[in-house]
Amino acid sequence: MNKLAEWQLTLPLALAFAAIFLAPLLMLVGVSFFNDDKITEPGFAQWAKFYGDPFSYKVIGDTMLLGVKTVCATILVGYPLALVYLDAPQRLQKVLIFIIVMPLLLSVVVRTFAWIVVLGREGVVNQLLLSLGIISEPLRLLQTELGLVISLTQIEMPLMLLPLISVMSRLDPNLRDASAALGASRWRTLFTVIVPLSMPGLVAGCLLVFASSTTAFISQTVIGGVRLIYLPLLIWQQSLVVFNWPFAAVVSISLLVSVLTVVSALSWLGRRSGGYVHG
Amino acid sequence: MGRRHSLADLSYGLAIGTLAVLALLIIVAPVVIVLTTSFTEGRSLKFPPTGFSLQWYEALFDPSKSRQIHRAVSNSLEVAAWSTAFGVLFGALAALGLARSRNRLARVADSFFMSPLVLPGLTFGLAALMYFTLMGFRPSLNLIIAGHMIVTVPFILRTTAASLSQLDPALNDSSQSLGASWLYTMRRVTLPLIAPGIMAGAFLAFMASIDNVPVSLFLSTARTDMLPIRMWGMMESTLDPRIAAVSGVLITVAFLLMLIMEWTVGLTRRMRE
Repeated sequence: MNKLAEWQLTLPLALAFAAIFLAPLLMLVGVSFFNDDKITEPGFAQWAKFYGDPFSYKVIGDTMLLGVKTVCATILVGYPLALVYLDAPQRLQKVLIFIIVMPLLLSVVVRTFAWIVVLGREGVVNQLLLSLGIISEPLRLLQTELGLVISLTQIEMPLMLLPLISVMSRLDPNLRDASAALGASRWRTLFTVIVPLSMPGLVAGCLLVFASSTTAFISQTVIGGVRLIYLPLLIWQQSLVVFNWPFAAVVSISLLVSVLTVVSALSWLGRRSGGYVHG
Repeated sequence: MGRRHSLADLSYGLAIGTLAVLALLIIVAPVVIVLTTSFTEGRSLKFPPTGFSLQWYEALFDPSKSRQIHRAVSNSLEVAAWSTAFGVLFGALAALGLARSRNRLARVADSFFMSPLVLPGLTFGLAALMYFTLMGFRPSLNLIIAGHMIVTVPFILRTTAASLSQLDPALNDSSQSLGASWLYTMRRVTLPLIAPGIMAGAFLAFMASIDNVPVSLFLSTARTDMLPIRMWGMMESTLDPRIAAVSGVLITVAFLLMLIMEWTVGLTRRMRE
C-alpha cells in the first residue's frame, strides 16, 4: 500500500467529524441569526438582546473569573504537590501518581456530590469547626462562590498535575544541584530554575483547568446553586427550560469564544515564555 | 548548602510540604468521606455517619424501587460500549493514517480531531441537539452514541499515535521487504505492538463516555436517561441518599479498573507521556 492509500485511513473519522461535529456547529451559528424561537425569521435580534443587556457582561465576567480563581487555587496547592512528587523516592511516586490520576476516573458527579457532604450545613467542615468551638453557627458554604472554587479545585486538580508532572520529570536534576552548589536557596532555585523550566506544563495545566471549570455545568449548578449564574446555566435554561434556541445559541457561541480567547492567549504566553527560557 | 540558607530552606520545606499535604487532603478526603457516609444508618448524609448499615445499597439494588437508576446505568453502559467501539475503529484507523504524514493537512486534521477536548462540551451538546432535531431525528440512544464518539475519540487518537511514534519503522520495512503484504504486516507486526496504546485509549474513552455530562444533558430524554444526568437529578431538588450508594459503587469500580489498567497496560505511565 502506498502513501496515498495510507492517508485514506483517516477518511472514516473525517467523514464522521464532518457530519456530526462540524455540521452541528455550523448549524448552531446559523440558528443564532434568527429573531424568533420558532426559527423562521432571520435577523440579529438575539445577538442584540444578549449584548445589549449589562447582565450578560456580568455573567461572562463571573464565568471567566471563576475559571481564573480555580486556576490560581489549583496552582497554589497543585504545584507544591508536583514538587514533592519530583523529590519523592520511586515507590512513593507510584502511590502519588495513583492518587492523582484516580479522581480523574471518578465521575465528576460523584466528586461534586462528595463536596455537598463536605460543605453542607451538617457537613464535615461545619461539624469540625463547631466542635472545636471556632464557630457557633454553621457556616454557609454551599451556594457560595468560595465553596464552588474549593470544590472545583479538587475536581480539576488532576488536569493541572498531569501536564506539570510530565514536564517536571523531564527536567535535568543536575540543574537544581548546580543551582544549590552555586549558593542559591531552595526558594531561589524554585523561582529562577524550576518554575521557568516547567512553564510549558504549567501553561498546559492552566488551559485544561480553565476550559474545564468555566464549563463545569453540574458542579456550578449543584454547588453554586441557582443564585450564582454562569454561562453554562444560562445556556441550559434558555435551551431546555425556556426553549429559546436562537438565544441559547448566542450564549453558547459567546461561551466558546470567551473560553477559546483566554485559552489561546494563555498558550501564546506559554510559547513566549518557553522561547525566553531556551533563548 | 550554606548555613545562611538554612532558615530559607526550612521555610521552603515547611511551606511546600504543608501545601502538598493540603492538596492530597483535598484530593483524597472527599472520596473517603463519601464512601464512609454511604454506610450510614441515618436518613440524612451526615458526617461522621450514625451507625453502620447497608440500607442505601439495598435500596439501590432493589429492582423495583430503583428501576430508573438501573435503566440509566444500562443506557450509560450501552452508549459507552458502542461509542468506544466506533471510536476504536475510526480513531485507530485515523491514527494509522496520520502517523507517517508530516504535511500541513495532516497536522490540521489532527488538531481538528483533537478539538472536542478544548471546545466547551455544552456548545457541542446544544449544537448536536439542534442539528438532530432540525434534521428530523427522534431522540434515541444512537444519537447519544454518535455524540459521545465525537467527544471521546481524541483519547484513542492520542494514545494510539503515541504508541505508533515509538514504533521502530525498521520493523515495518523489514516485514515488507521480506515480502509480507501491507495487511499482513499490519496484522502481525503493527497492531500487536500498538494494541496496549489502543487499549489504554479505549479505556479512557469508555470512562469519559460513562462520565459525560454536556452531550447527554442535551441529547438524553426521560426514556434515554443517562447515569450522570439521573444523578444530577438526585442532587438537584432534595438530596436522595441513594446517591451516596451509587457513588460508593462508582468509587469501587473506578479503583478496581484503575488497578487492572495499571497492571495490564501501565496506564499512569501512558498518561504522563
